[in-house]
Amino acid sequence: MTTTVPIKEQEHSHGEHAGHPDHRMFGLATFLVADAMTFAGFFAAYLTFKAVNPLPDGAIYELELPLPILNTVLLLVSSATFHRAGQAIRQDDHGRCRRWLLITAGLGMAFLVSQMVEYFTLPFGLTDNLYASTFFAATGFHGLHVTLGALMTLIVWWQARQPQGRVTAADHFPLEAAELYWHFVDGIWVILFVILYLL
Amino acid sequence: MTISLPPETSSPPRLQPSGWLRYFSFSVDHKVIGLQYLVCGFVFYLIGGALAGAIRTELTSPVSDFMARDVYNQVLTLHGTVMIFLWIVPVVNGAFGNYLIPFYVGARDMAFPRLNAVAFWLIPPAGLMLITSYFLTGAAQSGWTAYPPLSITTPATGQIIWILSVLLLGGSSIFGGINFIATILKLRRPGLKLMQLPMYCWAMLGTSILVVLSTPVLAGTLVLLSFDIVAHTGFFNPTLGGNVVVYQHLFWFYSHPAVYIMVLPAFGLVSEILPVHARKPLFGYVTMVYSIMAIVVLGLIVWAHHMFTSGTPPWMRLFFTIATAFIAVPTGIKFFNWLATLWGGRISLNSAMLFSCGFIVNFVLGGITGVALAQVPFDIHVHDTYFVVAHFHYIVFGGSVFVIFASVYHWYPKFTGRMLNEDLGRLHCALTFIGFNLCFGPQHWLGLNGMPRRVAEYDPQFTLINQISSVGALLMAISTLPFLWNVIHSALNGPVAGDNPWKALTPEWLTSSPPPVENWIGEAPLVEEPYGYGVPPGELDLSAASGRDLWSSGK
Repeated sequence: MTTTVPIKEQEHSHGEHAGHPDHRMFGLATFLVADAMTFAGFFAAYLTFKAVNPLPDGAIYELELPLPILNTVLLLVSSATFHRAGQAIRQDDHGRCRRWLLITAGLGMAFLVSQMVEYFTLPFGLTDNLYASTFFAATGFHGLHVTLGALMTLIVWWQARQPQGRVTAADHFPLEAAELYWHFVDGIWVILFVILYLL
Repeated sequence: MTISLPPETSSPPRLQPSGWLRYFSFSVDHKVIGLQYLVCGFVFYLIGGALAGAIRTELTSPVSDFMARDVYNQVLTLHGTVMIFLWIVPVVNGAFGNYLIPFYVGARDMAFPRLNAVAFWLIPPAGLMLITSYFLTGAAQSGWTAYPPLSITTPATGQIIWILSVLLLGGSSIFGGINFIATILKLRRPGLKLMQLPMYCWAMLGTSILVVLSTPVLAGTLVLLSFDIVAHTGFFNPTLGGNVVVYQHLFWFYSHPAVYIMVLPAFGLVSEILPVHARKPLFGYVTMVYSIMAIVVLGLIVWAHHMFTSGTPPWMRLFFTIATAFIAVPTGIKFFNWLATLWGGRISLNSAMLFSCGFIVNFVLGGITGVALAQVPFDIHVHDTYFVVAHFHYIVFGGSVFVIFASVYHWYPKFTGRMLNEDLGRLHCALTFIGFNLCFGPQHWLGLNGMPRRVAEYDPQFTLINQISSVGALLMAISTLPFLWNVIHSALNGPVAGDNPWKALTPEWLTSSPPPVENWIGEAPLVEEPYGYGVPPGELDLSAASGRDLWSSGK
């Protein structure tokens, strides 16, 4: 049985038109699931190595906790500040939103600096042993995500400079997307912190 | 049945080339992108087929005389990679998915049209890169599996180019998967329920879930492998304390689901074709949906059955044997549903139907050897022999490629507005079916008797069987000629098809052939019973009907 029912104008229009239903957040969430699976692969490899491959004689794989704990705090606080930026834009307060965005990006960059300090003070290098390699691969891949996230935050900060720009109280997809991505990167860090530093 | 009639509102013009030039442009029209995938994939099929021809030529004699051994390794690596990543995956997903899914959900385009175009345009450069590596420095030599330590010790440049192109193709696949999930779940026209969708939508939803969950793991693994090659880390290098089995686990976590990524869409396509040409409703719609989802879930937890000889512990062997055997249940449900769809139907034995029937026969043979391979004692005996090659080709060629051809015969009138020549189509089908079984059937025997795969030389006692297999390969190569002539000649001179030559009920037929830019002039039709053949409209509730009702009403 085939019947014809008129569909709403919104569904009617094409991808190139303004009325194309906006599922970008859904698409981004699906992408983040895929991204999370990449990390899952790294973590699975690390845990398997840990279960079956003993550290070779004389090899060093020691991680200090203070700096990573500082890093965790930096990222968790930056998640909160990004949330505040989102609240501000919904109240149409561009100035406050941009301040919080700048603080978030600053915290992200502080994380990256602190991560670099940790890299240079570690007693092992990339090719020293299996654990060292996996440590650098996982944290490096995460650091790449933080770098991208900080850049995205700065781009949103730039886009929010005018009240009628790309980021408004009614329509702030760039901010929403960057925020979801940022929370995702923080969540991955917490898992990474537990697996690489605590276990 | 009412089909919406045009209130003559033409869609706004768009700044894109028209005519044949649009197939070489960054078009965002899902139909253009679908055909781009299809033709691009077919070009790579011809390249991969030529590589297969080179392999079968080499194997007509037990000594390595047609090409050097390292060239043979490159050829088999390229054959596997091209056929899987550039032909079957892009065509069963990208080509038919992009063309059909927006019709099936009642949309004007995919959810993310530009991402869609990006996903397609990643493929030609990746494919060109892969193939040119052969002429520059020599292609990768470690097979499509790229197992370390082989992939670490063979020449590095070819392997790195191989990794880069597979990463690009994986990215394309993930972007496509995201797009399909969003389109099927979010872009359905109002009033269309999930359980009213044509079966191909369900197949693509399941496939896309597998793509999104498993492809990133392969990408991460290949990045680690490239570190091993370039930066001399030791993730998978035993001499540096690494663990090759971890590579195998991560690789098969993608590459077993990859088999379902290649064959689930084929299940969906054949479920569209059979009801039309048998004039029967698709049997057991609901069980079909649940079996697809069961295959998706089980497909993610069976990967280590590829690794029974990799020192896997007994509990792991037991678990993966049982899980793999379970997959036979949903697959069997689908198989019997197709048979029941055909049962008592008014079957027209045209090319699309013949290829679909060929698929059913080949696929059940490949499925039986698959269940056999899941059993550890048997698997250890035939691991890495031609038995595995035969099984795999029964699934991906006898399964997926037969369905691709069936689909081309079925949807060609929609793509071009012209009919294909059925006599040439039947000739193509007969040659392909005979050639395929002649080529891969004897390889079961070779494998059972211990002929290893991926080696250019073999024990002279296998010569005759290998020559028979090569004759089959030659027949398959010849079978492509009537097909090529048919699609090219019919596009120009074929009889005009009209909107709906098969009198089909699925929404892509309820518009002109080829369809207008935004799929329908006027409103999209709401198809609540895409398989309501053989009964007056409204009499049959597909979701509640038992098999008996469907059978009796089909006569």
